[in-house]
Amino acid sequence: MITEKEQLVSFVLHLADDSLVLGHRNSEWTGHGPILEQDIAISNIALDLIGQARNFYQYAAALKADGATEDTLAYLRDAMDYKNALIAELNKGDWAVTTLRQFFFSTSKFYLYQQLQNNSDTTLAAIAEKSLKEVTYHLRWSAEWVIRLGDGTDESNARVKTALEYLWPYTGELITPASYEQAQPGIDFAALKKNWTNHVLQVLEQALLTPPVNDWMQSGGKQGIHTEHLGYLLAEMQYLQRSYPGCEW
Amino acid sequence: MKLIFLHKYHYGDIPGENTGNATTSRPASTEWPLWEVFIRSKQGLDHKHVGSLHASDAAMAIENARDVYTRRQEGISIWVVESKHIHAADPAEAQSLYDPANDKIYRHPTFYDLPDELTHI
Amino acid sequence: MSLIELEKIFQDKIDKEIRIEPKDWMPEKYRQTLIRQISQHAHSEIVGMLPEGNWITRAPTLRRKVTLIAKVQDEAGHGLYLYSSAETLGISRDEMVSQLNSGKAKYSSIFNYPTTSWADMGAIGWLVDGAAIMNQVPLCRNSYGPYARAMVRVCKEESFHQRQGFEILLVLSRGSEAQRKMCQNAINRWWWPSVMMFGPGDDASPHTAQSMKWKIKRFTNDELRQKFIDICAEQVKLLGMTLPDPDLKWNAAKGHYDFGAIDWTEFWNVVAGNGPCNKERLEARNKAHDDGAWVREAAVAYARKQKDKLSQTKVA
Repeated sequence: MITEKEQLVSFVLHLADDSLVLGHRNSEWTGHGPILEQDIAISNIALDLIGQARNFYQYAAALKADGATEDTLAYLRDAMDYKNALIAELNKGDWAVTTLRQFFFSTSKFYLYQQLQNNSDTTLAAIAEKSLKEVTYHLRWSAEWVIRLGDGTDESNARVKTALEYLWPYTGELITPASYEQAQPGIDFAALKKNWTNHVLQVLEQALLTPPVNDWMQSGGKQGIHTEHLGYLLAEMQYLQRSYPGCEW
Repeated sequence: MKLIFLHKYHYGDIPGENTGNATTSRPASTEWPLWEVFIRSKQGLDHKHVGSLHASDAAMAIENARDVYTRRQEGISIWVVESKHIHAADPAEAQSLYDPANDKIYRHPTFYDLPDELTHI
Repeated sequence: MSLIELEKIFQDKIDKEIRIEPKDWMPEKYRQTLIRQISQHAHSEIVGMLPEGNWITRAPTLRRKVTLIAKVQDEAGHGLYLYSSAETLGISRDEMVSQLNSGKAKYSSIFNYPTTSWADMGAIGWLVDGAAIMNQVPLCRNSYGPYARAMVRVCKEESFHQRQGFEILLVLSRGSEAQRKMCQNAINRWWWPSVMMFGPGDDASPHTAQSMKWKIKRFTNDELRQKFIDICAEQVKLLGMTLPDPDLKWNAAKGHYDFGAIDWTEFWNVVAGNGPCNKERLEARNKAHDDGAWVREAAVAYARKQKDKLSQTKVA
């Protein structure tokens, strides 16, 4: 029997992993962006996401109360324990993949945090309220890029189409709750799905894009069943903590 | 006096044609235009010029300004204007423009000689 | 006005510490020197993102990860401020970037050394940023207004970088045997390149005299280098580490540290492109620029379409 507290810990870890993994991916752009101004912008989003992850990890550590810290949770768990949605761990790809993924991701977080900020769990509500301000900006920034690329040049339109084909099967997981999500009181996942779909379709239309007809969706990330990408990401991220156990940094 | 209109995708204060500005290159057509950024640091203060940046349109210029120039809570409001729209007075005209104000000291309150007993004025 | 009169007025202003602004008359040589100096400085910030960016994905804690990203991001900002101030002199950023990417422009040689361990993030912050700050603080008062203002902003932000670096080394120096080894190793590798960051000695630095006269340089290379060495020789004691210079010794008579001979052959070789990472750095910059071309083009095309739409609705 899974206790309520265990469900809550899983939920918080899922939120943390989502933000950390995507933040990590975005930070791979730092120093390599298409123009200085956007290098700074994507780095800002990475910083916001990793900041959110830290808040969630700290809360999860407090709930667990077994000596865990934000760093043991981030650096000493294996891929099978990570609960992020698959879409977050995919390689950063080109600017079209990065901005379109950010758009799908931020749209789901936007509607989730909107609900969570009124949650009876005051810690979660506080983190959601703070994160919502950041996510609102990420959503605006990424939607604008998706539209710009879709309605830009032939090449950018082709690239964002390719990105859409690639990413679309990973979007289902963003709006399909795992059991530990459904166990949380006060979240209307049906509304989240509806809002997500409406907003996504509206922006895609502005970007002259249509979602693929194949609606088969990948899943598993939230339950710890990941793509091959996550293993490499964690091997890199956790290298120092794994190679030199028990050290201060 | 003359006003200079700068037909360049450049910062407003670019030297005029007569200063041997030989290195100026025509920006490639895909270079994003240059924008000047003005930030209000807190409510009640003027927007102040803080620098410039490149952006493809005004909305992006404001977002870029937010990311570039307010990372450390430097502002609560942003103005941007495309640099080519800045009109600048010619510094060579500075004497005729600004020196004539030098001897108009009667514009300053201290010019008027009044008794110390007079208060609230 | 004759050229000689203009030059006299110009030099008078400089002598009186009056800032030169973009539209003011200035000698062509002054403009060229500034463009070279500012763009090199901007390039250094941009290339400087790479060796540190190399450790963002491997930073050992979440706190280290965010502070490192913030620092590397600041460098992008600094490059941006500096490119902007050079643009006031009549050169476009595109042109400066193409000078960098083609290998024509120079940038600080220090960034052609590899970052091989986490401790390098500390050593770069402490030594490389330390040396940079020493160079940069006097530039806040340089004679060219936009450059001076950009430098004020840069210096304000830079101060956290050096503290961050020293903190990284401090934690390592109090850590395990392996961490202490990592720490000393990084200091050993970064010390001499940092000392060389101040450029060739005064006797071999052709630009110094003119630049000092124009106040786009306030202290000579050797003056700043000595100051840097004096400070670091004391700070390293707090780490319980050593600087890799057997000749480093306090000289009470001079009130300064004596130090060993600098290997200028290495310096000039790295400048000439033979450093361990010259090729990688330029390749990385070129790749980012080339891979970003379609993105920049798309944004311009989209903006143009929007503008056209707007003007059409106005007509209608």
